Amino acid sequence: MNSKTADRLATGVFITIAIMITAILAGLFFYIFVNGFKYISFDFLTTPSSNVRAGGGIRDQLFNSFYILLITMLITVPIGVGGGIYMAEYAKPGKITDLIRTCIEVLSSLPSIVIGMFGLLVFVNTTGWGYTILGGALALTVFNLPTMVRTTEDAIRAVPQDLKEASLALGITHWHTIKTVILPTAFPAILTGAILAAGRVFGEAAALLFTAGLSTPRLDYTNWNPFSEQSPLNIFRPAETLAVHIWSVNTQGLIPDVEAVSSGSAAVLVISVLIFNLAARWIGRIIHKRITATK
Amino acid sequence: MEKLLPAQNRLLKSKSSRLGGEFRGKLFVILCAVIMITATIAITIFLSTKGLQSFTKNGISIIEFLTSSKWDPTNKANPAYGVLPFIFGSFAVTILAALVAAPLGIGGAIFMTEIAPSWGRKILQPVVELLVGIPSVVYGFIGLTVLVPFIREHVGGLGFSLLSGMIVLAIMILPTITTIATDAMSSLPNHLREGSYALGATRWQTIRKVLVPAALPSLLTAIILGMARAFGEALAVQMVIGNVRDMPNSILDASATLTTIITLNMGHTTYGSVENNTLWSMGLILLIMSFAFILLIRYLSSRRKLR
Repeated sequence: MNSKTADRLATGVFITIAIMITAILAGLFFYIFVNGFKYISFDFLTTPSSNVRAGGGIRDQLFNSFYILLITMLITVPIGVGGGIYMAEYAKPGKITDLIRTCIEVLSSLPSIVIGMFGLLVFVNTTGWGYTILGGALALTVFNLPTMVRTTEDAIRAVPQDLKEASLALGITHWHTIKTVILPTAFPAILTGAILAAGRVFGEAAALLFTAGLSTPRLDYTNWNPFSEQSPLNIFRPAETLAVHIWSVNTQGLIPDVEAVSSGSAAVLVISVLIFNLAARWIGRIIHKRITATK
Repeated sequence: MEKLLPAQNRLLKSKSSRLGGEFRGKLFVILCAVIMITATIAITIFLSTKGLQSFTKNGISIIEFLTSSKWDPTNKANPAYGVLPFIFGSFAVTILAALVAAPLGIGGAIFMTEIAPSWGRKILQPVVELLVGIPSVVYGFIGLTVLVPFIREHVGGLGFSLLSGMIVLAIMILPTITTIATDAMSSLPNHLREGSYALGATRWQTIRKVLVPAALPSLLTAIILGMARAFGEALAVQMVIGNVRDMPNSILDASATLTTIITLNMGHTTYGSVENNTLWSMGLILLIMSFAFILLIRYLSSRRKLR
């Protein structure tokens, strides 16, 4: 074969591959939205789910998803940002830093089901809590921490060295420089990273199966006492999230309208993740514009 | 009153409070780093001790556990705990998925960096990012409602099969491979391309003879990271693979993987029973495999540095 022909053929193959990847995404989105939108209604989002009858909604699952996400981020963000600051500002090259890097690598490559099993062993059985929101959130923290640390470290490393040196030259201590100069500059990137990580947490299911459980007690949304059994705010109650719900109705559910419930839930889930992704970009850009002089 | 204090005292006081903040800040970030080390070590120790219990406490032979293909833990008289079919299933589905996803992912990366660096990248980059964003249960659900019936009617078998698992996993790991391969290709120095074109090579010859060999360790890293993800994926595979305990004979047979058996049985076996302990041993295999993938990636990146 002539090398020109081979070149043209190869180009054709690469273009086909690109079209295929795009077509896969388009097909998935088309399927999720076309099938899902039929079932999303105000009723679907505000009625509790049913174990046996048709017509159940996803009210509690939706609330649980956001609530677990909130608790997870409350734990992950301080630890993750702290770890990122350590790696970027304090860690000296050496054995300990290598060890921490290895730990981050190990944590980030663990399958989520393994993290779920660890959660079951420690946060469910050893502590004796049973399936709880807190246990789920702690398992998700393990899952999320490496991403948060890496994001923070990269964001801090991207801060121009001049700023830090100018601050130190003015006689300001290292920690004060981090607090008042470096963190504010790195904030947009950290926030973007945190929101993207939130999207990942929102869709996670395997780590929650054995830690937050497959059931939700009957909730009373007027009860705001976080220590009450029926309060949605109680962090020591089992909570099935939206992603877990999709899995459980499909594999062990008894309801007759599995297809409807899971199509609707899948669409809600994907839309939420999309909103997280768009929000991350948008907020990052706005804050970047506001606190820096760039256009 | 304030003004009467000697300047020295005021300055010293503020200095000590600054230094106190300095100390607390440093303590806080070190604590965060310690938490990460503790978490990693705790996971390894807890899962190893728990995973070894079925061998130490329940007296199952490790060799039988790893090599026997008979899995029958509920048989009262003569229970059998061989997980070979699940180990085989895990490897089969991972390798098959990588075989599909690697050419597509690397092809996509080459398209973005070599064929159409401007507009192609602008289109394909967001596409790949959106694919990452779809949660794994949604992949599983679509696999269950679209792929499984399609294979049942048009290809044969029950539909729940290695083939379905392979396709679902291939789509799931495609973005991982594409992203890392794109980074690898675009970080190649431009003089490689220019040198090759100056010798009169066509674009395809440049890609095949110069760029791909130069980026090979990174491309392999991309594939291995994708395989690590596929190996550990649980719910999406569980929904489409069929979960039977026998060794599959063909790609259209239903099968099971380590992750799917854990997901399926962890909930309804008693904590501490022999069957439950064998599930933890399977978890330990997953942990060991994820360490193995890390070592493999380390090896590849050390080779990359040597060049």
